[in-house]
Amino acid sequence: MAGLFIDIKVAAEVAKNPETARKLEEVCPVGIFAARESGVEIVDDNLDECTLCDLCLEAAPSGSVEIIKLYEA
Amino acid sequence: MRFYEYEAKALFRKHRLPLGAGEVVNSADEARAAFGRLAGPAVLKSQVLSGGRMKAGAVKFADSADEAAAHFDAILPIVVKGESARSILIEEKSPVAQEYFVAITWDGRRKQPVLVFSDMGGIDIEEVAEKHPDHVSKTHFSSILPLTPRIAKEAIGATGVGGSALNKLTPIVFELMKIFLEYDLTLAEINPLARLENGQFIVLDGHIDMEAEARGEHKALLDELGIGDDETRQARPPTEFELAGARVNAVDHRGVAGNVVEFDGNLGLVIGAGGGSLTLFDAVRKHGGKPANYCEIGGNPSVGKAKELTKLILSKPGVEKIAVMMNVVSNTRVDIVARGVVKGCIEAGKDPAETIAIFRIPGAWEDEGFKILEKYGVEYCDRSVSMYDAAGRAVAKMA
Amino acid sequence: MSILISKDTRFIVQGITGREAVNLTRENLDYGAKIVGGVTPGRAGRDVYGVPVYDCVRDVVEAHGQIEGSVVSVPPRFTKDAVFEALENGIQLIVVVTENIPRREVAQMVELANLRGARIIGPNCLGMISPEEAKMGGVGGPAANTRQAYAKGHIGVMSRSGGMTTKIASTLTAAGLGQSTCVSIGGDAIIGTTYAELMPLFEADPETHAIAIYSEPGGRMEAELAEWIQANNSRLPVVAFMAGRFMDEMKGMRFGHAGTIVEGKEDTTTEKIKRMEAAGISVAERIEEIPALLRKRLEEV
Ligand code: SF4
Repeated sequence: MAGLFIDIKVAAEVAKNPETARKLEEVCPVGIFAARESGVEIVDDNLDECTLCDLCLEAAPSGSVEIIKLYEA
Repeated sequence: MRFYEYEAKALFRKHRLPLGAGEVVNSADEARAAFGRLAGPAVLKSQVLSGGRMKAGAVKFADSADEAAAHFDAILPIVVKGESARSILIEEKSPVAQEYFVAITWDGRRKQPVLVFSDMGGIDIEEVAEKHPDHVSKTHFSSILPLTPRIAKEAIGATGVGGSALNKLTPIVFELMKIFLEYDLTLAEINPLARLENGQFIVLDGHIDMEAEARGEHKALLDELGIGDDETRQARPPTEFELAGARVNAVDHRGVAGNVVEFDGNLGLVIGAGGGSLTLFDAVRKHGGKPANYCEIGGNPSVGKAKELTKLILSKPGVEKIAVMMNVVSNTRVDIVARGVVKGCIEAGKDPAETIAIFRIPGAWEDEGFKILEKYGVEYCDRSVSMYDAAGRAVAKMA
Repeated sequence: MSILISKDTRFIVQGITGREAVNLTRENLDYGAKIVGGVTPGRAGRDVYGVPVYDCVRDVVEAHGQIEGSVVSVPPRFTKDAVFEALENGIQLIVVVTENIPRREVAQMVELANLRGARIIGPNCLGMISPEEAKMGGVGGPAANTRQAYAKGHIGVMSRSGGMTTKIASTLTAAGLGQSTCVSIGGDAIIGTTYAELMPLFEADPETHAIAIYSEPGGRMEAELAEWIQANNSRLPVVAFMAGRFMDEMKGMRFGHAGTIVEGKEDTTTEKIKRMEAAGISVAERIEEIPALLRKRLEEV
């Protein structure tokens, strides 16, 4: 489930990569990504805490992570 | 956070400072029984946090068990500076030959602990300092170099105390210095520290204040003394609302949001930070507004924290609207606070547009924040509207 | 010229991977700061907006040579050690952002800093800025906002409240008065550098022509400033904005900063204002009055 303000999408093939999952979990300062064996999981409860720092965009292959500001829709 | 006398003494006892026999009693019968266990005449002292017990008549001397019981009943109902007694401490009353004063506190200017010693204890230390300056010594000491007794010795000696008194006082004062640093105290005081007629030195009364920020570090000691987390021991006891605020603040360590003080008004305030809160509170009152609370947001609280604070304030009976105002923010982010208060309104089942009288937080990430407010129809303004005028707008909506 | 920092100041961020530190690293870089490295134990090899992360300060110094400053943004429990680490690696200027640090630990940091001839700003502060040169810490927020609020000029600003630092600066900027250096000194009972301790630096800075401070109830810092001004016959006119007047009605309540505790008559707002005015400090009732008061005082010089 998306947050009230923020939703985040990770491209399916990237989400399965354990290395990227680990990196995403490490860079996000508010714990939005959790690295599982199956790949990256989004922690719904933390979505609205996103600080728009873009560190996840830098950590993953270009274009594979998308931050959606729901209040702009 | 202030300790009761009996708690301060429990801490002293743990550190082997010399104390007379005594116990805490909670009924006249207990007082009677306790008297029987003491060696002679006793003193009964009301356990309150504020000073002025003696003047209020909440300290009495007893020569018999019956008298102790009667004094218990007399002292217990006495209210000292608005504070009721928590219990009564009954102690052996020993004949005193001389009284000394010793206290350690922080000197914010020197940024070091300072040891204050006087050989004229028992009375108001400020008065002694004024009338007999050579009987009061002030000695600063390092908070990083190893503590050694020589500082205590010098401080005591500086008031003219010598001989065996100097040698007996030094370890007591030294131990108090150690206690002060070990437990993050802001005040460690023994007054009076007495020399009895039999030559023994004992602690007659003591004050301990612990830094609120350090409570977590010293949980083991507080548990040992039976001091619960909900005992804030501020100037007045906290209200339910204020305790709930403290719980909101404790949810995570990101920023501050929840240090609330309750007032009677109808306008909830979500304001910050530090100095901004003071200015805004002044402004609301100058415009004739009735704040429901004082609070302070700062240090960029999480969305979750701002949300919970909003919900808490909205849950207070009589609160119709909230005003969300800060001075130009730099590290706290406008968009994060906007998310928090909007979400708080929604989760409280209220329409943000109706509920938020004004949102006036200019500064970091304001464009992003204003987009959110726009979407939810909340009235907002930027730095071109002064804090003073924004407070006026919010008050006007309450009419 | 300015005091404490210039565009050439090289500094590090301790705790760089934390939420607040990430934010301020980006803001400082955007404003032109020279952040040469960051420290988060266990995260060596990463980078934050291109700033390399190391496990300890020693490793940054080894890789980049001696560094002048550090911004410390780590949780309260680890702050003292982080500051000690910076000091023992030769860092001379340390901005401590973290709040809720017990007095004992602050006193210990300050004492070690004194032994090492170093300076601590804070804790519980937003750091400092020399407008259009550099900033160190969260003061002013994102670079775009900072440029809006701060302009280069001749007023030195000191404030116990971080937010008020920017509020005063933006009021000055809007009125056409730029700033030399603005310092958020922190609001706790014990801080690394007080108003009076910054005064000699401003006094020696030819670019600084006057001072604006933010003041609130509690503490003795204003009294100390007043004494300094009188004792040193300061050339600098000072204007103070005094907040929290309603606090005279409520003794012993805990507000805002830990330092804001009214302990007795000496610290009431009324007393404080009297003391400052006696030392020649002009006291503003509202922030908006500061620029006019400063102009008036500058004309008198
Ligand atoms: S933008 Fe920053 S806070 Fe948001 S999800 Fe990415 S890493 Fe986390």
